[in-house]
Amino acid sequence: MKNEEVRMKNEELRMKNEGIRMKNSFRDRVSTGFALVLATLREIFDENAYARFLLLRQIEPSRAAYAAFLRENAYRRERRARCC
Amino acid sequence: MPRSALRILLWTAVAVVGAISFAMVALRRGESINAIWLVMSALCCYALGYRFYSKFIATKVLCLDRRRATPAERLEDGRDFVPTNKWVVFGHHFAAIAGPGPLVGPVLAAQFGYLPGTIWILAGAVFGGCVQDFVILLFSVRRDGKSLGQMAREEIGRVGGFVAFVAVISIIIILLGVAALIVVNALKASPWGTFTIAMTMPIAVFMGLYLRFLRPGKVLEVSLIGFVLVLLAILGGQAVSHHATWSVWFTFTAPALAVMIIIYGYAASALPVWLLLAPRDYLSTFVKLGTIAVLALGILFIRPTLHMPAFTRFIDGTGPVFAGSIFPFAFITIACGAISGFHALISSGTTPKLISRESEARMVGYGAMMAESFVAIMAVIAACVMQPGTYFAINSPAGIVGTAPETAAATISSWGFPVTAGDMQALATAVGEKTLYNRTGGAPAFAVGMAHIFSHSLGGERLMALWYHFAIMFEALFILTILDAGTRVGRFMLQDGLGHIWKPLGRTSWYPSIFATSALIVGSWGYFLWQGVKDPLGGINSLWPLFGISNQLLATVALCVATTILVKMGRARYIWVTLAPLVWLVSVTFTASYQKIFHANPRIGFLAHAQQLAQETPANAARAHELSRLIFNDRLDAVVTGVLVVLVCAILIESVLEWSRVLSGRKQAVASETPFVPTRFAEEAGQ
Repeated sequence: MKNEEVRMKNEELRMKNEGIRMKNSFRDRVSTGFALVLATLREIFDENAYARFLLLRQIEPSRAAYAAFLRENAYRRERRARCC
Repeated sequence: MPRSALRILLWTAVAVVGAISFAMVALRRGESINAIWLVMSALCCYALGYRFYSKFIATKVLCLDRRRATPAERLEDGRDFVPTNKWVVFGHHFAAIAGPGPLVGPVLAAQFGYLPGTIWILAGAVFGGCVQDFVILLFSVRRDGKSLGQMAREEIGRVGGFVAFVAVISIIIILLGVAALIVVNALKASPWGTFTIAMTMPIAVFMGLYLRFLRPGKVLEVSLIGFVLVLLAILGGQAVSHHATWSVWFTFTAPALAVMIIIYGYAASALPVWLLLAPRDYLSTFVKLGTIAVLALGILFIRPTLHMPAFTRFIDGTGPVFAGSIFPFAFITIACGAISGFHALISSGTTPKLISRESEARMVGYGAMMAESFVAIMAVIAACVMQPGTYFAINSPAGIVGTAPETAAATISSWGFPVTAGDMQALATAVGEKTLYNRTGGAPAFAVGMAHIFSHSLGGERLMALWYHFAIMFEALFILTILDAGTRVGRFMLQDGLGHIWKPLGRTSWYPSIFATSALIVGSWGYFLWQGVKDPLGGINSLWPLFGISNQLLATVALCVATTILVKMGRARYIWVTLAPLVWLVSVTFTASYQKIFHANPRIGFLAHAQQLAQETPANAARAHELSRLIFNDRLDAVVTGVLVVLVCAILIESVLEWSRVLSGRKQAVASETPFVPTRFAEEAGQ
């Protein structure tokens, strides 16, 4: 998929993070903080990567989709260094 | 009052509070201090370092440009290159750089007292480690996310690339050997700990199957389930340790555990990633982040008293935990909490491909290393809340204090750190172990300190044993993940290298190559592990300094690359920013390497120890065989250290020559940055 198309697909995910910055009340700030922690955890635990994979291919979550994601992701994960 | 005046007042207050806290930490002698002073001085140092020093580097030295598109934006593909919220990248980067290093190193260095380690952690991080992570991250961002090895090859030359390759392979092998030794020393003769750790493997496999077939993609959910199962395994371990038959099944000697870990390492690196590695990685990250957060809250909540003095008598180099004086050994023992070359691999790995604005490199690179450094401060506190006698009883090897409880207690008390065999037995019973003597490696001492802090916050003394085994599980879990992942990374690097000699060896799907290179990597770290297990001085005495030296030498390579790029960028007037930590690291690592090879004291110098052993007259054939093996190990350690130093000398010389060529005008200064492309995020934000 070309870069421009990829960018369009990812916009939805990014807007979630960008949009929550605009809110100012204390309650909104708490919910922003919570949303950021959740987004961080989802990134660390590869849930965002899976969501992007589904968006890119425009497919619904399923066993087959997740198996395809794992196959694609295995190459990167195997080479990812863990720090001491 | 104008805002600028308020800001000046605020930062003056931070500086004053930091100075008072640091004075309390540094100037008190002969009386215990509260850990909160350590926390306050650390937080103020980090705040000032981030606000002023990192801003100076960002604006004056690196000239971060918010209008410049990052590779995450230009090359966005939804897989590797993804513009990501800065807080998310921060968390991701921190989770990647945080490992057992900042927990173990400070615990070992506490034998000098709490002050040397604390000063090095704070100064080393603010002026060294954070700077290294920040500049390498930024330089990788400006080169489309290139790795440290690629940057070394392009900016310094082919020698630079080769040295980076050898340094990374070496550090991985030594790291894996030391990490496995830490687990072995924590689990030997401990049925509770061994059962708990053994159970994490079927739990991880269950998580892998759950993710693949039951609830695909629900990683957070299955991590939570895995965490609950691990807690149940800890409770089950208690039952096992009290059971007459089962406790025997799960009680192993150090050599037996070493063999099991070597076999496990080989098998695990051949299993599919989704079945064991990935789910256990998720589980260990989940436990790691949660435990670090809870430990920080525990320290703030109970504000424990530090019983370790600021300095101990062992600053003279006669320490039982490891031999060698403060300079240089305190500075190589604590690596990851102050400056770690390994971080340069992460900063030039996944992270630069996620940064959406160049200006965010400061918070992610500099800021995440500060958080890592704070973890090291917590480890200092966990080690120093114990009575010093207890600390030395746990961390001293049998070769120094003997194996009999009364003899060990008497020896340690004679050093001026009173402890009795009764005290140690009571502590061992409280944490559910038969004995805590000779538990070298740092992990058991950290676990006792952490259990002490946790049990005072939650559950009281009744839960001390549970907290201790939770801490052991927490450390062993991510060390086992590192063994598996590190073996794979080492295997791929080796295959890449060998592929240049014979193409089929480079094919990562060719099984003969996979089996052979896995065996080579596992055999290498397994050899260091076996050497450590059989070492009468506990193994940590020789292997941890070797690990520290190789890690700091890798940091030297990273700082050479960073300084070369600064020179080529025309920022030579600011090269002291990377040159100062580089000079410091060179002096520390080269002194440490020289002493580890040539020092006349057999407890420090590998060759002197080999010579001492050679002079011994063996009583029988078995002892003669053991002696020849120990002598070979000493000589091997000396050769490994020497080779690393020679390689780093080569990159240093090549770097200095390159600086000289550029600064004298004999060579045109060309930094291989990708050309400027304006970011569209700036337009969106109206900048």
